[in-house]
Amino acid sequence: MTNQLLNVRGLETQFNTPEGIVHAVNGVSFSLDEGETLGVVGESGCGKSVTMLSCLKLVPMPPGKIVAGHAFFKGEDMLTMDNDEIRKVRGAQISMIFQDPMTSLNPVMSIGKQMAEPLMLHLGITKEQARNRSIELLEMVGIPQAADRLKDYPHQYSGGMRQRVMIAMALSCMPQILIADEPTTALDVTIQAQIVDLVKRLREELGMAIIWITHDLGVVASIANRVSVMYGGFIIEEAPVKDLYAEPLHPYTIGLLNSLPKINREERQRLYSINGMPPMLFKKPKVCPFAPRCEFVKDHCWQENPVLESYGRDGHRVACWVDVTSGRER
Amino acid sequence: MNTDNQTLLRVENLVKHFPIYRGVIRRKVGAVRAVDDVSFEIKQGETLGLVGESGCGKTTTGRTILRLYEPTSGHVYFKGQDLAHLKPEEMRKARKDIQIIFQDPYASLNPRMTVREIIGEPMLAFGIASGKEIDDRVAELLDLVSLDHNYASRYPHEFSGGQRQRIGVARALAMKPSFIVCDEPISALDVSIQAQIVNLLEDLQRELNLTYLFIAHDLSMVRHISDRVAVMYLGIIVELANRKDVYVNPLHPYTQALLSSIPVADPQFYEEHQRIVLEGDVPSPANPPSGCRFRTRCPIADEHCAEVQPALREITPGHFVACLKVTPIDDQEEVIN
Repeated sequence: MTNQLLNVRGLETQFNTPEGIVHAVNGVSFSLDEGETLGVVGESGCGKSVTMLSCLKLVPMPPGKIVAGHAFFKGEDMLTMDNDEIRKVRGAQISMIFQDPMTSLNPVMSIGKQMAEPLMLHLGITKEQARNRSIELLEMVGIPQAADRLKDYPHQYSGGMRQRVMIAMALSCMPQILIADEPTTALDVTIQAQIVDLVKRLREELGMAIIWITHDLGVVASIANRVSVMYGGFIIEEAPVKDLYAEPLHPYTIGLLNSLPKINREERQRLYSINGMPPMLFKKPKVCPFAPRCEFVKDHCWQENPVLESYGRDGHRVACWVDVTSGRER
Repeated sequence: MNTDNQTLLRVENLVKHFPIYRGVIRRKVGAVRAVDDVSFEIKQGETLGLVGESGCGKTTTGRTILRLYEPTSGHVYFKGQDLAHLKPEEMRKARKDIQIIFQDPYASLNPRMTVREIIGEPMLAFGIASGKEIDDRVAELLDLVSLDHNYASRYPHEFSGGQRQRIGVARALAMKPSFIVCDEPISALDVSIQAQIVNLLEDLQRELNLTYLFIAHDLSMVRHISDRVAVMYLGIIVELANRKDVYVNPLHPYTQALLSSIPVADPQFYEEHQRIVLEGDVPSPANPPSGCRFRTRCPIADEHCAEVQPALREITPGHFVACLKVTPIDDQEEVIN
């Protein structure tokens, strides 16, 4: 436990909306070790992005509100830091890249200027040094003729190139943690493969820890060491990547994996599909949030919400009352 | 026309260029060659998958077939008529038989119309039903797409993405079409909902004997649903074959790279396989490379590829490839290695 970078305990975040309070994150705990890549998987509205935004106090408040929990970064609780303190963490030690590289970049500011800004702010270096560093960074993420392209504006870059710029900016202060929120969702598959390869290479070179948020179980399989699956604002399963895919223990994880068409399967068969829809979360779930859609559902599931507990192999934790291998209650 | 009975739709040399205008007098300075000489057939009852990355022209192809975009040139033979050259009124009538399901279930339903109005509108427009008949038919269609028919008086915002897409499917079925263009019908949906919609489309195809053009960028889903698959790159078809041939024995270097880029939900796979990662981006369709359009990213291209634009040739029966490096059976092995 000595090399633990991030330790989040009992995080709860709500949003006040005109329709009522949305309980987006309902008590999430996880940790991240140095140099580790954690994949966070889930469908839209499961709370995966809000969890990470809450840790960095990036949730707009109001309407958002972090109602409980701690997020310790190297022993210090980020949730109790004031604005100045957390600003020193954000961007410098923990940085984040987002899904849509176009809306994350300022369209009326040249790339060079946008890149220099955080460098001068966090590292206190001069304009000239910042420019040289920007060129280095752009070369590192594989942008050809980096020096010439500094004066270009975001619209002159393609989607994949913009995401490279975002990565370069996120890495500019050599953060210890990179949080990537669906960084390849808006990109084509061949470009997605380029970005995944790039992040893997940079991870080796820089030794940073990564939290990779995605809905794509395929991308996670290629990059993560450990995976957390989220549903209804909870982590419902967590395991080393191989165990999760080889022996998923939560019915939701099993359903998700089965609903993917198998690329290496010969004949055509009907796709498995999970019935129903994800919960709306206007009430904090008191029972298992997946119970209404679950094939294995038992009486107990309607009475109490299971907590994340260790089962099976080392590091495999699941929040489910049912042992899926036997179909009986644990 | 020498169409056999089996063929429902035959696209011949379809071209769609979007002009680019510049300056005060809006002079035409060029064109985005979105679809540049595309030909294929779809047989009765089959699903043709059309895949490619954004900007490759797959959606434009689908829309041009329906004349939602006016084709620049080419022919679209459907049940004996050339849709590309029908008069507007004739085309309007032909549209009864060809429908489209759109990608975005949020943008493609009018938020101010109830489900009944949305699904009933095509019937009103063609004057084939009125009043009570429409109500009955709407209820029947909602049942068909597994939505509660009591929802008919609700508005789109009251539904989830998957349910909205079901409404879109019901609207497409309202005129009992024989051919439906499915334009990325699942890409805006969550994984667990995608499977529901794909299963629905397959069930409907069986029950109603529908023919689909299934446009998507998700290659694994296309593999699942299609009988044959066409791969597009920068406005042209680079490979066209049976589903199995495309996925098991892809011959075009682009198809190979595309397949290799699909994320596989199996960590073991990544330890055993080396992926082909293409370099660079897709060039602009306003100014495609000379010769073979893929040559700028192709791992095996040489000078010859810059000079000659490869035609789509039949390499083995039913397997078409547009690549100078892939030649028919006799000397094929030598070239692939």
